[in-house]
Amino acid sequence: MAPSTLGAALLIARKDLAIEFRTRTAFFSAVTFALLGIVIFFFAWDPTAVGAMDLAPGVLWGIFTFAGLLGLQRSFGVEQADRAIDTLLGAPIARESIYLGKAIANFVFVAAVQVIAIPAVALFYNVPLAEHAVALAIIAVLAAIGLVAVGTLFSAMAVNTRLAEMLLPVLSLPFFVPIVIPAAQGTARLLAGRPVDEIIGWLKLLVAFDIVFVAACMLAFPFTIEE
Amino acid sequence: MTTPTQAVRSDRAAPVAHAGVDWLFLVSVLAIAGALVRAIYFTPFEALQGAAQKIFYLHLPAALAAFLAFGIVALSSIGYLWLKDPRLDRAAESSAEVGVVFTTVVLTTGPIWAKPIWGTYWTWDMRLTLTLFLWFIYVGYIVLRGAIDDRAMRARYSAVLGILGALLIPFIHLSVYLFRTMHPRPIVIKPSAPSLPPEMLTTLVISFVAFMLFYLALVRQRYRLATERELLEQEEGR
Repeated sequence: MAPSTLGAALLIARKDLAIEFRTRTAFFSAVTFALLGIVIFFFAWDPTAVGAMDLAPGVLWGIFTFAGLLGLQRSFGVEQADRAIDTLLGAPIARESIYLGKAIANFVFVAAVQVIAIPAVALFYNVPLAEHAVALAIIAVLAAIGLVAVGTLFSAMAVNTRLAEMLLPVLSLPFFVPIVIPAAQGTARLLAGRPVDEIIGWLKLLVAFDIVFVAACMLAFPFTIEE
Repeated sequence: MTTPTQAVRSDRAAPVAHAGVDWLFLVSVLAIAGALVRAIYFTPFEALQGAAQKIFYLHLPAALAAFLAFGIVALSSIGYLWLKDPRLDRAAESSAEVGVVFTTVVLTTGPIWAKPIWGTYWTWDMRLTLTLFLWFIYVGYIVLRGAIDDRAMRARYSAVLGILGALLIPFIHLSVYLFRTMHPRPIVIKPSAPSLPPEMLTTLVISFVAFMLFYLALVRQRYRLATERELLEQEEGR
């Protein structure tokens, strides 16, 4: 019996995460990349002119998108070896399941990088992120959903082009603008000690982005893998 | 249902190779020249900005032409995914390229105008940011097209990007909305009557019509190029 859309998606996500857990190559390179980015950005600014408190939100969410791109590159890249994608497409499951499964695996990947990167920003920039853990976690989850929704679709497209990895950032980064701005602005408000209801507007924007792009990308995905 | 190959063959009958003058192109270039002459010599100076305001007659029509171009990309993309007609793909391709050209005009004339009036070439104002990102999205669209050899795949992928790009625009607009805006509020296209003196409005309308003609002429040229290129690819057996 063929599994349901969600069941098949979870199977694909488990497969991808198992590959990633056993090799750990992409995860370690993404975490190292994120930590390096956080450190390098600190030295790129004059600490006497710009306070670490003002710098931290921008660095956190800027690095978040770039580290996320590293994980997204691999998402469909792993299926290129031995044309594994053909087997996946031949399976008696909905095309949407493939997208959803890949997206779930990418979400776990991005969230795992965040779990290390956010405390690293708190540590290196000496900002009290822990005090705002709940609000920050909500922003992180909403931002990650949007990033993964768009990134997974573009990853499926980019692997089939001549430019491959080069193309993913060019296509994705404009789409990450409405994610980075609300996330960074929201975090800055929290760090400035403003009340939580001041960031509700930003959270709504993130939720709207997530809803529109999860739906649109899921609908568009079958067009990217025909034949 | 025709395959893409047949559809391309069938419009071999359409005028493809054109030697000589493209009348639409000629008319539109003359119209733009006429509009500029009128704007420079026969339209009164704006009281506060003086000569610098004249660039307005280039800036706004170019912006409107660019928005029209990207609207056509989105509509043709939806149409392509639905009907799989290669003509719609070529229309999207042509309109996207011409749209990028017009956006480049907007992004060039804007700073030239902004420097004497605002005192700075660039500001992270809402509309400037949005226009810049429009430019990035559709340059990405052109890069994507250039990176795919298979014709059907290129058409599908760029249609997906054309549609998602259109969905993205309101989100970028919303997210940069909270930055204080320095750009003037609309003075022509707004619910009440345009608050522009009649001479200036006439010049603007003439310039706008000239730009629309120019847009059509460029898209037509680019569309012919796309058709010829596809025929060539087919003859090479790609």
